[in-house]
Amino acid sequence: MRRGEARRGWLMALPALAVIALIALGPVLWAVWESLYLHDLRMPWLGRRLIGLRNYVEALSNPRFWEAIGHTVAFAAVSVTLEIVLGLALAVAVDSMTRGRGVVRTAMLLPWAVPTVVVGLVWRFMFETPTGLIWFADPLAAWVPIVLADVWKTTPFVAVLLLAGLQNIERSLYEAAQMDGATAWRQFTGITLPLLKPALLVALVFRTVDAFRVFDVIYVMTGGGPGTATEPIAMYTFSVLLENLRFGYGSALSVMIFGVTFLLALVAIRLMGRGALVEPAP
Amino acid sequence: MAAISLEHVGKRFTGGIAAVTDVSLQIAHGELLVLVGPSGSGKSTVLRLIAGLDAPTSGRIVIEGEDVTEIPPQQRDLAMVFQSYALYPHKTVRENLAFGLQMRRIDAARIEERVREVASTLGIETLLDRRPAALSGGQRQRVALGRAMVRSPRAFLLDEPLSNLDPVLRIEMRTELTLLHRRLGATMVYVTHDQEEAMTLGSRIAVMRDGALEQVAAPMELYDRPVNTFVASFIGSPAMNIWPGAMIASDWEKLLVGIRPHDIELTSAGAGDAAGRVEILEPLGPTTLVHVALDAVPPSRARVVVQANSRLAIGDRIGLSLRRDHLHFFDETTGRRVRFDEARPRTDDLRRDRQSK
Amino acid sequence: MSWRLLRPWAIAMLVGVTLFPLYWAAVASFTPESQLFGQSALVPTRLVFDHYRAVFNERSLGTAVLNSLVVAGVTTLLCVPIGALCAYALARVPFRGRTLVLTSVLAISMFPQISIVSPLYLLLRELRLIDTYTGLVLPYLTFAMPLTIWLLVGFFRQLPREIEEAALMDGAGQLRTLWAIVLPLSWPGLGTTAILTFLYCWNEFLFALCFTLGPERYTVPVAIALFRGQYQVPWGQILAGALIATLPVALLVFVAQRRIVAGLTSGAIKG
Repeated sequence: MRRGEARRGWLMALPALAVIALIALGPVLWAVWESLYLHDLRMPWLGRRLIGLRNYVEALSNPRFWEAIGHTVAFAAVSVTLEIVLGLALAVAVDSMTRGRGVVRTAMLLPWAVPTVVVGLVWRFMFETPTGLIWFADPLAAWVPIVLADVWKTTPFVAVLLLAGLQNIERSLYEAAQMDGATAWRQFTGITLPLLKPALLVALVFRTVDAFRVFDVIYVMTGGGPGTATEPIAMYTFSVLLENLRFGYGSALSVMIFGVTFLLALVAIRLMGRGALVEPAP
Repeated sequence: MAAISLEHVGKRFTGGIAAVTDVSLQIAHGELLVLVGPSGSGKSTVLRLIAGLDAPTSGRIVIEGEDVTEIPPQQRDLAMVFQSYALYPHKTVRENLAFGLQMRRIDAARIEERVREVASTLGIETLLDRRPAALSGGQRQRVALGRAMVRSPRAFLLDEPLSNLDPVLRIEMRTELTLLHRRLGATMVYVTHDQEEAMTLGSRIAVMRDGALEQVAAPMELYDRPVNTFVASFIGSPAMNIWPGAMIASDWEKLLVGIRPHDIELTSAGAGDAAGRVEILEPLGPTTLVHVALDAVPPSRARVVVQANSRLAIGDRIGLSLRRDHLHFFDETTGRRVRFDEARPRTDDLRRDRQSK
Repeated sequence: MSWRLLRPWAIAMLVGVTLFPLYWAAVASFTPESQLFGQSALVPTRLVFDHYRAVFNERSLGTAVLNSLVVAGVTTLLCVPIGALCAYALARVPFRGRTLVLTSVLAISMFPQISIVSPLYLLLRELRLIDTYTGLVLPYLTFAMPLTIWLLVGFFRQLPREIEEAALMDGAGQLRTLWAIVLPLSWPGLGTTAILTFLYCWNEFLFALCFTLGPERYTVPVAIALFRGQYQVPWGQILAGALIATLPVALLVFVAQRRIVAGLTSGAIKG
C-alpha cells in the first residue's frame, strides 16, 4: 500500500461518505440526544427539558409498547419463515426449467417492484369483498391479509435471490450424485442445501431486518387496527411522533428500535462473513 | 549497470503466506530472462513486483540504477503482456495500441505513425479497426504484444503469454517471439511454467520453487550442471532419473545419482550397471521412451530413451549401461549437487561390486 | 417421472397466482363503482374510465406523479455519480479502513427508517424544508446512497482486474483509468444501479408521508394511500391510482429484468 494511494482512496470515497455521515449518522446521534429530553410539540410552552432516561422508562413500562414489539416479532417470525420456505421451493422449481425462464422471472419480479402501499391496498381490496368485515374487524384475523400481502410481495424476490445461488452450483455435482444413485431428495439435502447456505443466510438476514421495519403495508391495510391490535413497533413510533408530536419520547423509541436493528445487523454481518460484504439490500 | 535489479526482494501476503523469499537477480540490457517453475513457485509474483502492480514487503527493485520500489507502475516505463491479454474491450485495435502513447501526450500524427509501424511488424495492419471480441486468440496475443511494443519501454514483462494458445500456435509464436526479441534487442522478463518454452527462449533461465530462486544460468548450464535434484528433474524432458546411489554401487551410499534417459544404453540382461524388466513402451516418433522396472530394493523405475527401431517387448529382461561422463551426483539429505571427484566413486567394477553382495 | 410432466403446469399456476391480484386490481380499476363487489367482479362486462378521469381531475394524481418523478429522478442523478466514485475506491483502491467503511455502509442501509424520522423532521423543520422537493431528496439519500455504493462495489469487483492493470502499465493514473477504461465498461452496472435506485425512491412511503403536508407535494404512494371518500372508501379510484403507481416500475422490470437480477445478485452469492 503506497501512501499516495491511501489518500486518493479516501478522497474518492469522501463525498459519498460525507453525505451519509451528515444525513444518516448525524440524525441517529441527534435522536439519541433528543431522547434524553422532554420535547412535546403540542405543548411548546413546556420547552425542552432534560429528563434523562425517563422516556425509556416510560416506554418499557408501557403495555402498548410491548404489544407492538410482540406484534413485530410474531409478524417477522411468521412471514420470514413462509417467505424462505416458499421462496426456496419456487427457486428450485424455476431452476429446473429449461425454457421460458425470462418470462417467469419477470412475473416473479413484479410483486417486488410494486410499491408496498399498492400491495397493501390491493390485498385489502381483495379481502374487503363481502367477507371484508370479518377479516379486518378481528384482532387476530386481521393479520392474515397482512401476512399474505407481505409474503406475496417478497417471496418471489427471495426466490430470485436463491435462484441465482442455485445457478451457481455446478451441474456436474448433481450428475455425479445421480451416477452414485442418489434420489432427488438426497441430492437436495446433500448438495443443494449446503451449497445454498450463504444465499439462504443473506435472504434470512435481510428479510428479518426488513420485517422488523414493517410499516407501509400495515398502515394502508389496517392502520394498526382494530384499535392497536396489528400495530408494529414502527407504527407505534410513528403515531407517537407525528400524531402526538412527542419528539423526546418518540426519539427514545427510535433509539431502541435502532439499537435492536443494529445488533441484528452486526450479528448478521458476522454470520455472513467478510466475504459476503457485497450483498445488496432487497 | 543492470537493466533490472532485484535486491533481496520478498513478498508476504496478508495471512502470512510468503509468496517470494529473498530473491536477488540482475537482468542485463537486451537479455531475455525466463522465470520458470511449477505453479505457486512465485514467478508471477516476482513479475508483478517488477511491474509495480504489487509492492514488495522487503528488498528493493532497481531499474537502470533508479530505485523504483516506491514508484507506482504508471511511472516505471515498463510494458506488460498479460496471460489473458487484457485488451480494452471497448476500444478498437488501433485505440488499444494508441492508448499508452496518448498517456504520454504525444501528438496524434506521431501516434498514428508508430501504431502503423508496430502493426506492420506484427502483421496486424488489417485488424486495426476491429474490436478485441472479433479477433482470434493468436490475433489478440499479437495486439497485446503490439500494445507493449508501441511505447518502446525500458523492458517487457510477459506473463505466460503463450499459455492460452493451442500447442501448434504456441510453437509458432515461440519462434516469432525469439525473432522479435532479436530484432528489438529489448530487455525481456518472461514467465512460464513450461520448461521446454524456457529452454528454447531464454538467454538465461531462473528456476524458482516455493518463492525462492533455485538456480539462475544459461539453458545448457542448467541442463548439464543442475545445482540440485529439483532443477535436475524439472529441466529436461523426459525427466532425469534420480536413484539412491547404493542401488548402483555401495560406495555411493550417501549420494543420489542422476542420469538422463538419453544417457542410458540398453544391453543384455547380465551386462550393464543395473538390470530390470521392460514395463511400458511409449512411442514418441523417432524415439521410444522405455519404462524399466529395476531389480532393486526399494523398487525403482528407469526412464530410457532409445531409437524407435530397437526391438523391445514388454517383459523383456535387459541391462542398463550408464554413460560415465553424464552421471550427476547429489547429496542424499540436501539434494545439492556434489562434485564428481568429491564423491570418489569407483565407477569401474560396479558389476563386480554388485555380484559380490 | 411424473414431476417432470407436472412441472410446467405447476409453474404456470404459480405465475398465475402471482399475477392474479394485479389482474383483479386492473380489472377493478376499469369497473364501475357499483359493480366492484358484485357477481361479475372478476370477469367484467363493461369497462369504464371513470376512475382514471376522477383520479387525475379531482384528485390531482398528475401532480403526485410529477412529484415522484422529480424526487426519484433527482435522488438517482445525485447518488449514481457520487456513489460510483466512492464504490470504485472501495472496490479497487487498497486503503486502510476500507473494510470498516464497507461494513458501515452495509449497516447503515439496514437502519430502520422510522428511527431517523424524528431527527430528520426537526432538522427539516429548522431548515424550512418540510413539504419541499429538497426536503424529500435529502432523506432519500439516506437509503439511496448506501444502496448505490453497494450495488456498484459488487459490480466493479466483477470487472476483470487485469484490464485496469494494463491501463496502469500504459501509464494511466487511477482516476484516468476509472474515466477512460472502467466507466465505459460500466454502463450496464450504472444503468442497473440507476434503475434500482429510482425504483426504491418511487416506491418509498414513510418519509414521503412524514415530510409532506398536502397534495401539492405528495408523492404517488402517499397520494393514493390518502384517498378518502365522502361516505365510503373509493376503491375504484384507489385501484386506478394503484395501477398508475405501478406502471413505471412494471415497465422498468419488463425492460431490465435480467439486468435487475444481475445487479441484485452480483458479486456474490457464490457457494
